[in-house]
Amino acid sequence: MNASAITLLLALPLTAGAVAVLLRYRRALQRTLTWVTLGTVLALSLALLTEVRTGGPLSVDAGGFPRGLAIVLGVDVLSALMLTIGSSMTLVGSVFAALSSEDDHPLFHPLILILWSGVALAFVTADLFNLFVAFEIMLIASYVLLTLRGGARQIRAGVLYVGTNLLASTAFLLGVGLIYGAVGTVNLAAVATAVRTDAGAMAGLTILLVAIVAKASLVPLHGWLPRTYVEAPPVVTAIFSALLTKAGVYVLYRLGSVVLVELDGFLTLMMVLAAVTMVVGVLGAVGGHDMRGILTFHMVSQVGYLVLPLGVWTRGAIVAGLFYLVQYVAVKGALFLAAATVVRLEGTDDLGRLGGLMRTRPWLGVAFLLPALALAGIPPTSGFLGKYLLVRAAFEAEAFWAGATAVVVSLFTLLSMIKIFNGAFWGDAPTDADTTASEPSRAAVTRVRTQAMIAVPLTIGLAALVLGPAAGGLLEVVGDAADALLDPAAYLAEVGR
Amino acid sequence: MSAAIVVGVLAAGGTYLILQRGIVRVALGFVLLGHAATTLLIASGGVGTRAVSFAGAGADAADPLPQAFALTAIVISFGITAFLLALAFRSRDVLGDDDLERGP
Repeated sequence: MNASAITLLLALPLTAGAVAVLLRYRRALQRTLTWVTLGTVLALSLALLTEVRTGGPLSVDAGGFPRGLAIVLGVDVLSALMLTIGSSMTLVGSVFAALSSEDDHPLFHPLILILWSGVALAFVTADLFNLFVAFEIMLIASYVLLTLRGGARQIRAGVLYVGTNLLASTAFLLGVGLIYGAVGTVNLAAVATAVRTDAGAMAGLTILLVAIVAKASLVPLHGWLPRTYVEAPPVVTAIFSALLTKAGVYVLYRLGSVVLVELDGFLTLMMVLAAVTMVVGVLGAVGGHDMRGILTFHMVSQVGYLVLPLGVWTRGAIVAGLFYLVQYVAVKGALFLAAATVVRLEGTDDLGRLGGLMRTRPWLGVAFLLPALALAGIPPTSGFLGKYLLVRAAFEAEAFWAGATAVVVSLFTLLSMIKIFNGAFWGDAPTDADTTASEPSRAAVTRVRTQAMIAVPLTIGLAALVLGPAAGGLLEVVGDAADALLDPAAYLAEVGR
Repeated sequence: MSAAIVVGVLAAGGTYLILQRGIVRVALGFVLLGHAATTLLIASGGVGTRAVSFAGAGADAADPLPQAFALTAIVISFGITAFLLALAFRSRDVLGDDDLERGP
């Protein structure tokens, strides 16, 4: 395959996003355009993944400018893997939005496409300033998606969300400026070599790291996430959970691979941050009282698991981390989609106002239970395998306390999943007085549509169940990605030539 | 040196404003912080050389790349400022004020 497929990967969703704005009153066309575009992007990502696994990293100079002037877009196994899983979850999310009628806002589909363009750009760029632009594209789309309903709660959450992310972006920009002032380039490969000897560039990189930690929502810079994501439309929360913080985690892995892990103290810092993030996130989740509130706190907690390999940095740890990342994006998306189904059908996801759903909608219960077990890491799900590999890698690297923290946090994760299950699915149905407000939305959903909505998280849940025992193929792919991360010479040579 | 002082003053003013409660003040604070970042980007290319780049460029031609960065950053911060002000406007409709802590 030609490396220019990388350009196509970015140009397609951006163009489709612009066209979809023009089609804003033609819902059916708009949906088809979004699905065809995301489907094509998914196919391209899969083709790229096959290509870079056999042929090594690919790169392209945006706009055909000569090297040195051009913005370099580079794809290695990790980028291609992130593109694949990200585009498939975006596709699933946009299909679900059509089923649950959450795409009735004319700008929903264009925003999803633009959001994805930004995320995809973040996954392929090898240029620090371009990475800033990628984050901004994705964040601006997410600002609008979050506040699409325009109610008082969305405004409050929106200002907190925009404020935090804008501050992090400004810090990121300052870091890029300092790095450029010190070494005269923003190409990742050139920066990676120059930063080892230049104190000014080191200062810039540190600021950059703080900004990325905030975007990935690691403790202590996590406070914005649980308070804002819950106010987004339910399906938007599902898509955010699959894309936004994961882009931050991806950048941490990328920067970690090319330069950070060789710096003194970085491994210890990441391990401490990861362990604290796991604990703080899960404690917040145990205290939650609505489905999405609990799930968003879990996002914080799980970022700790995803970042733990950066504190160990052995092949086993990276393989475990990436395997966990891939299955977690799908599983967490499924949980949010199950919660979105509950919101759509029952009008609320407050555990105090739900109950007895297992009797009225048994399949919805299963659709929530399967990914919930995978999230908590119960065998034989994929989540169990990911956590097992991660904890084993931590113990092998003699990071006993970090491994032990991961195990204990899993128990609390299970506890909060049981809390949701007890509150929403077991027990008695709520009395009529509690549910009067939600009656209209119940009546509005047809039977076929309900079944289709439930089928989405159910399918992902079943996939997670199968992926546990049959993980061989995926483990090979993430193994290749881990090798490329451990020895980034080929990637650096490709993007820095 | 003058660039460093400008960045410092802008960042200080911006930091003060984004700690306020009203959305309009927060937006203005981010405008100042954005200017600080832009000034830093321009300064990163060296403030000593400021002649025209490319066209008949001599030894004192300015580095064009930071200018491109600054231009991009300005466009982005302009867009986000507009969005924040739209939020403030909507907040006046919904909450009756641009102060987030007040209202229903």
